[in-house]
Amino acid sequence: MTDPLALDPVLAPSDRASGGAPARQHDEAYDAWFERFEAHVMAGGKVESTDAMPDEYRTAVLRFVEMHANSELMGVLPEREWLMRAPTLRRKLALTAKVQDEVGHAQLLYRIAEDLGKPREAMFDDLLAGKTKFHNVFHYPTVGWADVGMIAWLVDAAAIVAQQALRDSSYAPYARTMRKICWEESVHIMHGRDVVVTMVTGTPAQRAAIQDALDRWWGPLMQMHGPRSPRDKDMDLRWRIKAKSSEELRQEFLTIYVPRIRELGLVIPDAELRYDDDARQWHYTEPDWNELRTVVTNHGPMSEARLEFRRLARADTAWVRETILAAPQAA
Amino acid sequence: MNDGPALEPWEVFRREKDGDPMRHGGSVMAPDADLALHYARELYGRRQESVRLWIVRRADIIDLEDADLLQPPLDRSFKKPGGYVMRDKLAAAREAAGQSKPKARDRR
Repeated sequence: MTDPLALDPVLAPSDRASGGAPARQHDEAYDAWFERFEAHVMAGGKVESTDAMPDEYRTAVLRFVEMHANSELMGVLPEREWLMRAPTLRRKLALTAKVQDEVGHAQLLYRIAEDLGKPREAMFDDLLAGKTKFHNVFHYPTVGWADVGMIAWLVDAAAIVAQQALRDSSYAPYARTMRKICWEESVHIMHGRDVVVTMVTGTPAQRAAIQDALDRWWGPLMQMHGPRSPRDKDMDLRWRIKAKSSEELRQEFLTIYVPRIRELGLVIPDAELRYDDDARQWHYTEPDWNELRTVVTNHGPMSEARLEFRRLARADTAWVRETILAAPQAA
Repeated sequence: MNDGPALEPWEVFRREKDGDPMRHGGSVMAPDADLALHYARELYGRRQESVRLWIVRRADIIDLEDADLLQPPLDRSFKKPGGYVMRDKLAAAREAAGQSKPKARDRR
């Protein structure tokens, strides 16, 4: 996933809940407590939502989880455009189930973020106002059915590499939820790979459509995990909110998926891409980080259209939330 | 919109298959038990991954997390099999009795 550290903070300091942690004052007692907390998480210790935690940690987890939740919610929009155009009933059922799963993931993740002190409505407000972000890959158009396969296979694959590493997060509620989410995502990847393999073995036009989709999606895929960041300056790594750096995730993605793409006879649109046996890592053309920054700040080709769709959906369904919250409480 | 009941967290426990323990799955926000049940079913039973769900208002859970009571800093090794180390004493007993260590397959 896009490294949230590259992005703006989610909350202004005045908006953060203190949540039982000692007041944020840098006296000796606080510093000693902070050091004990850091030593706990750096040694592999876990943090529960009801535990006292430093404001810095709480904000970092919230920022990370909120962006993840936003991405699950916005991530269904490129796919929903193809629900009514799916080629067969089975594909339509599978895609519908995937869309439902992703919204479910958003629900699980917003729940975690709520427990960290930010109300769900405030998160929707910020997302729709462009104050918080969602992953770069969901700012692009889905021009054909081949894109649906490419998203479900490779976008979900790049995401699951990051998500599997999050099963070890120091923030235990997030780690537990990621186990459930990874299990569901593994089905999506099979669905997407099946779509791609089916088209690759179909007509020349179908095969060409897959190659065209790969050509368009490869750049965003390589940008998805974010730029390399110095390990010692990455507080999300230091506090074990995430377990692997951007570059480690990208290398892992390439190691698993380059052979699977090439075995289908597809050509990855990067002449520099090769595995260096001596350095034991992949070399590739430097991803376009300017494109990443442009896109995640909602200046991508579909950013505004997708946000506008979400605004309309929120307005359309307002009556449901109002009805629920106005209902008499069951005894 | 805020005239009705407030949303509150409900904890969801699920049994994956018959015979398994109920395990904590996660939580949902709902204004009442009816909606909590619907949300729980949607988020934790949609894929036939559960045979049973328990939905409990978080405020109703009695929480005990007191290290003085649960993890007292006392030697409790006498309550655990690993608290009985007799290798050297056994060796001494065998030597005194003129016996050798029995082979593993002779154990009953």
